[in-house]
Amino acid sequence: MDSKQKVLMKGNEALAEAAIQAGCHHFFGYPITPQTEVAAYMAKRLPKIGGTYLQAESEVAAINMVYGAAAAGVRAMTSSSSPGISLKSEGISYMAASDLPCLIVNVQRGSPGLGGIQPSQADYWQATRAPGHGDLHILVFAPASIQEMVDMVFKAFELADTYRMPAMIFADGMLGQMMEPVVFPEKEVKQFDKFSWATCGHQGKRKHNIVNSLILQPDELERLVVERFKRYEVVKANHTECEEYLLDDAEYVIVAYGATSRIAKSAINAARDKGIKVGLIRPKTLWPYPSGVVAKAAEHAKAFMSVEMSMGQMVDDVRLAVNGKVPVYFFGHTGGIVPTPFEVLEQIEKMAGGAL
Amino acid sequence: MAVVYERPKALLDVPTHYCPGCTHGIIHKLVAQVIDELGIEGKTIGIAPVGCAVMAYDYFACDMVEAAHGRAPAIATGIKRSLPDSVVFTYQGDGDLAAIGTAETVHSATRGENITIIFVNNGIYGMTGGQMAPTTLPGMVTQTTPYGRDVSIAGFPVRVCEMLSTLSGVAYAERVAVDAVPNILKAKAAIKKAFTCQIEKKGFSIVEVLSTCPTNWGMTPVEAMQWLRDNMMPYYPLGVYVDKTEKGVRP
Amino acid sequence: MDNHVVLAGFGGQGVLFAGKIMAYAGLMEDKNVSWLPSYGPEMRGGTANCSVCLSKDPIGSPLVLAPDLLIAMNLPSYEKFIDAVAPGGIAVVDSSLVDQRTSRTDITCCYVPATTLADKKGLKGLANMILLGKALEQTKFASWDAVEQAVLKCIPPKKQHLAQPNLEAIKLGMSL
Repeated sequence: MDSKQKVLMKGNEALAEAAIQAGCHHFFGYPITPQTEVAAYMAKRLPKIGGTYLQAESEVAAINMVYGAAAAGVRAMTSSSSPGISLKSEGISYMAASDLPCLIVNVQRGSPGLGGIQPSQADYWQATRAPGHGDLHILVFAPASIQEMVDMVFKAFELADTYRMPAMIFADGMLGQMMEPVVFPEKEVKQFDKFSWATCGHQGKRKHNIVNSLILQPDELERLVVERFKRYEVVKANHTECEEYLLDDAEYVIVAYGATSRIAKSAINAARDKGIKVGLIRPKTLWPYPSGVVAKAAEHAKAFMSVEMSMGQMVDDVRLAVNGKVPVYFFGHTGGIVPTPFEVLEQIEKMAGGAL
Repeated sequence: MAVVYERPKALLDVPTHYCPGCTHGIIHKLVAQVIDELGIEGKTIGIAPVGCAVMAYDYFACDMVEAAHGRAPAIATGIKRSLPDSVVFTYQGDGDLAAIGTAETVHSATRGENITIIFVNNGIYGMTGGQMAPTTLPGMVTQTTPYGRDVSIAGFPVRVCEMLSTLSGVAYAERVAVDAVPNILKAKAAIKKAFTCQIEKKGFSIVEVLSTCPTNWGMTPVEAMQWLRDNMMPYYPLGVYVDKTEKGVRP
Repeated sequence: MDNHVVLAGFGGQGVLFAGKIMAYAGLMEDKNVSWLPSYGPEMRGGTANCSVCLSKDPIGSPLVLAPDLLIAMNLPSYEKFIDAVAPGGIAVVDSSLVDQRTSRTDITCCYVPATTLADKKGLKGLANMILLGKALEQTKFASWDAVEQAVLKCIPPKKQHLAQPNLEAIKLGMSL
């Protein structure tokens, strides 16, 4: 593939290609709509480059295969959609607790339960609050275009390896299924020497390594968790990302991420045409969350509105950051319904007119 | 003076947490001896289960991973697929392997993963204090079968070697016991054969080791050995269930 | 000019492929483009549709709800989308499979017997391209060169012999 040329690719396939180019040659998955093209692409490509594609017996097994591959020191990933991510949560907790890097992809669909298969953002709480049991965080990237999805895959692997923690690409059925032009970055992939901690065989060159999350002494367990949280602070300080759109003079601020942010942007442009000073904060990382940017905007904005494909989940983070200074509203659809720019515009007009 | 017996190098010189009379120590030693004899410690990765052997990662000198309950074969798969020339074994109990991890066990077997499973079957959940296991015998009293395992309520025990022997990916499956020296020697030979089978990339290998749990069976170690012979062995016959170590499982 | 397009029909009629050619043609002209298919059970035999956007500006929602161009290849698709077409918009309908006529006067509706024509002209299975040609003639969503390049791009290397009939079908559509 000529990496200088723009190609039209489905989100799911672009994501898989980006992972391969980022040096991930081990993929373990299980079919589920609407992410199956990730697995299909991997199944086609990986055997040709000496990699491993394995269809696991379950999501539970798939994440544990990733656990094994990551423990062995290679870049590994799995991909699923909402119900499958619930099954993976056990493994995600273990990996976070064992300081293992990996990439998990969630191409969200309508939920709860088996739900539907249309686009959704209703796993926000799961991804940012409790991707598994216990005191832990994972990196959560929220792309809004196929190009950004590709770029974020590279970044996710690199930060996962740097901070030795799982990373997630948090997409949805729309981003997974749609095609847009992409360019693959011609980037040197940074190599990480993992021999000092990986369970790859000690070769008689060091003491045996143990990858483990069982710590029976409470004081020792606390020490390790606190240490890990210090690392999380470094991540927060250095890797929180968001886009600010027309924010400088904004009296009203929309907060939206992923597919929804594109719709919000169209609505904001239309509102600006009508003379409403509205801007957008688009978190690119959901953990860490750009609370600072939201808080700063709260100093001059009159009101905020979180727009999501959920019943209102990220709005919690907006409210925390706004800290009661100004009203925070919510608009969204759930169950697989994508909000329209027209609906969002209507809400902006209501907000600006004091009718909310 | 000639040394005729010593601790295998692959078994670290640290105190273990096992109960007095527990047979895990014997099985650990056999695995370590095999690792020593094959000279593979530097390229071996072991996976500890959840259960009594949960802390086996502190006892073996090779690299070790601690798995979630039942997931050891999936983790072993991930490691082996990443490092095909390594030697990967899981060390699992009956609850871990045949209850919560049945899917992982069956599917790693049917895929013919080049891994070795050491399956310790003592018919009871030891670490959590003696509850019914998938291999608890009919009529056997445990904390959760206080009137004896009633098969009309709790169903029947799983015979793991017999079940796995129906799968095409299994290159080697043998059931052994560690109740007495002759059987211990046979157990060691079986473990060595299983590891060799893996090194030669012949397919999935499992050694099921009938063992005792004096603490939760409520017996002395000697009584427990006798109980194993009288009750476990008739239900779980010793012997080789699959041996395709010559040709391997792949076409 | 921007285009917001819905292409709809039965699975197997090539509506997703026709949409892909439109998107690629836009890409050839350095436009922002998006292509979003319907997905799920309807992919397997039922109705299939996709949204295509071509724009000089970054694309907001890739989901087209009020298309300025509709290509409808069967009756259920026609019934589902004809009322959604934006006022002033264009609908290109395969009249071999849709026997209805719209009462809307605020849109231009082109009835092309594409399936019958394709069979007659030795272009079996290329009704989608005939309709795409008609749409191209009506909306000028891209230049001929861009469309030609797009067709060559979208047809896999091993099937390049199919490029010529596809291009022929588009030309036929344009001439109607």
